[in-house]
This record gives sequence, structure tokens and C-alpha cells, in this order.
Amino acid sequence: MVSDAEIWKLLEDVKDPEVPVLSILDLGIVRAVTTEGEQIKITITPTYSGCPAMDVISMDIRLKLIEKGYRNVAIQQQLSPAWTTDWMTTEGKAKLKAFGIAPPNPKQQVCADDLFSEEAIECPRCHSYHTELISQFASTACKAMYRCLDCKEAFDYFKCH
Amino acid sequence: MTDTNYKPAGKAPFPPGRAGGWAFILHLADNALIIGQRNAEWCGHGPALEQDIAITNISLDQIGQARMLYNYAATLYNGFDSNEKTAVDHLVPRLWKAYNRELEEDDLAFLRDERQYLNLLLAELPKGDWAQTVLRQFFFSAFQFYQYTELQKSSDTQLSAIAEKSIKEVTYHLRWSAEWVIRLGDGTEESRRRITDALGELWMFTGEAFKPAPYEVIAVEDLKGAWIEKVATVFAEADLELPKSGWSQAGGKEGKHTEHLGYLLADMQYLQRTYPDSTW
Repeated sequence: MVSDAEIWKLLEDVKDPEVPVLSILDLGIVRAVTTEGEQIKITITPTYSGCPAMDVISMDIRLKLIEKGYRNVAIQQQLSPAWTTDWMTTEGKAKLKAFGIAPPNPKQQVCADDLFSEEAIECPRCHSYHTELISQFASTACKAMYRCLDCKEAFDYFKCH
Repeated sequence: MTDTNYKPAGKAPFPPGRAGGWAFILHLADNALIIGQRNAEWCGHGPALEQDIAITNISLDQIGQARMLYNYAATLYNGFDSNEKTAVDHLVPRLWKAYNRELEEDDLAFLRDERQYLNLLLAELPKGDWAQTVLRQFFFSAFQFYQYTELQKSSDTQLSAIAEKSIKEVTYHLRWSAEWVIRLGDGTEESRRRITDALGELWMFTGEAFKPAPYEVIAVEDLKGAWIEKVATVFAEADLELPKSGWSQAGGKEGKHTEHLGYLLADMQYLQRTYPDSTW
């Protein structure tokens, strides 16, 4: 018999392949874990519709569980309620910042279609708020690119979603 | 409308009921896939690195949306009874039938013929220059925004979940493209000339979205007011004149396309047709 808690613990070791400082729990994409006898069912939700990391994440979950001897694993994707950056843990946001990526602002501040609205984003290096947007889309769909006007470094911002 | 021989006057025969809803899902998926494929043509050719990345990220979102919809359509089809399967047979890829396995998302994306695609003509037009690409994206995203807002209320829980997921991405696409329309319209002499030319090319393809097809479960004609209002607001900022409504081209929703779609499909389907049922 396997317990839910044991599986949750193992999932802490499965990382986001594109932002490897974050575990999939930090990211908030694991919605449910249920165990019934030897059968383990894990429900995850995609971050972005076209996110290529999702297939890799499913495979990494399987590999991690197989490593510990759990073979009877079903992974299902759930679309609703849709993932939001508000589900990212406080710990996850701190890890992102330490990694040099500005963590997402709370959703209600910015998820609007107002044109040319500029968010106040803190530079993860020098902590200045004197920054400007370079591009709404950066190295991955989930990030925007900013520039710090004080320390002059460009940085990624994990945008609100 | 339970009669499977139901044919709307003068239109292609689309089946009613559960199987009719199937054509609607394909229509949504085709819109997303075809415009996504067009935007992907910018990969490595964007006017600046950041914008190359932006347009291909938008493309990725759109192809992701198409995948969710094709996946749903394939799952539904596999659960259809034989009457329902017959009713949608004209939309199913012929080559797949030789595979002797259940229908999958890739079969729908890569193996149908041109006349089986139900996307808006606007989505398939060539990418043109940057002005044409961003203006098309703006027209499309503004429509998709209101369409998916309605779709979120659908009693089909899978469709409403897909809409709920996608609309966050669409909101970003709309904002990005609207900002570019303003930048080009209210920019230099050249940018203004280019976006004005693009408007001349694209405008007559915008009306199709609001002409209901028999399979559409959303009252698209009711979305036109909000769409026009959005376009007018952005055009005012961009110092562009909103064209008179005028005549508009249609046909894509019924599978009658411009000459451009065939070339796009030839390019996109090449691999799956050359190496049938291959996986990698």
C-alpha cells in the first residue's frame, strides 16, 4: 500500500524542465494525487496550451515513480480550472528570484487587455523597480523580457497568467 | 433536427445534433492550427529577435489550442455510433481509414484534404509583411476573444474548459497585436503606408467570422458589435480610419478556400503524407 503523502513527497523532486529550480509542486500544476491499492492517479494541469514542457513533465513523473518501484501510474490532464500563476507557491517565487527570474505579480494587478499598461517589476538582481518592458514574450511563452534601468541588466519576468 | 439528411439551403451538408457539434469543434481547431502555421513562418525571419520570439510564441499557443480541440474531436468521434460516424464521414481523413486504428489528433490536423478544412479565410491568407501579420492577428484575436468568452458558457464542459484555458493566452495576443497596430499606424510614413495597405488587403475577409455556419453553436452575428467597437478604439489610437462595412468574402467555414490554403497544406502535411502513420 502506498500513501498519497508519499507520492506528494516524491513529486517535490520532479523539476520543471525549462526552469529547473522549480519543482512541479512549486509551479502549482499538480492538482490531485489519489492512490487505490497499487494504482496511483496523478492529475496535472497545463501551464500554457502549447507548452512543450508538459509531455516531458508527464514522462519525468513516471520515471521518478518507477525509480521508487511504482509502476502503476496514470497521469491525466485537467484543463479546468485553468492554471494561474497565483498557484505558484511563495517558496517557488523566492526560488525563481534567487535564480534571476522575476516572479509573477499577483494576477489581479495585470491580467487585463489594457494597452501599453506597464507593470512595476522588481529587478531580481539589484531590486530596483526602475525597469522597463523589452518584449511581452521571451525565451518561453510564460516569460516576458525586461531591462533594469539601474543595473542595466536584462532579465526574464515570469508573467502573470 | 434529428433527420440526418438535413441540408441547409444552398450550403454544404452539415449534420445536426452531436455530429453537427463535431464540425464546430473542427472549425475552432482549424482556425487555431492554420493561423498558428502561418505565424510559424516567421520563425527565424522576424523583424527583430524579440518579435521573432513573440510571434512564434503566439503560434505555439495557437497550435496548443488546436491540439486540445483535435484531441477532443478525435475522442468524440471514436465514441460515435455508426449513424453519427456516417454523418461526419465527409470531414474524416480518407488516408486514416487505411490505418485500422482509432482516430487521433494528428490525423485530423495532417491528413484532411483542403475542402475538409473549415477555418476562416482570414486565417489562411499569406503572412505578407509585418503589418499584414500583426493586423490579421489583431482582427483574429479580437474575434477569438469574444468567441471564447461565449464558449466559456457552453454546456459542453470540455469545450468550456478549453475556452477558459485559451482565453488567457488570447488576451495576451490581443494586447500585443493591438499595440503593434497602434505603433505602425501612428508611426513613420512607411509603417503607416504598410498598415494601410494591409487594411486594404484584409478588411473584406473580416466579415466571414460573423456570418453563422449551420454547425455554429454560438450566435456569432451577435459578437460583431463588440468586435467593431474594439477595432474602432484601437484604430482611433492608431489614427486609422475604420472602413465602411462593405462586401465581404466568405466560404472558409464551408470548406471553400482561397488558393493559398492548398500551398500551406502541402507544406504542413508533407511529412505525414510521405511517411504515412510515422511517429518519432
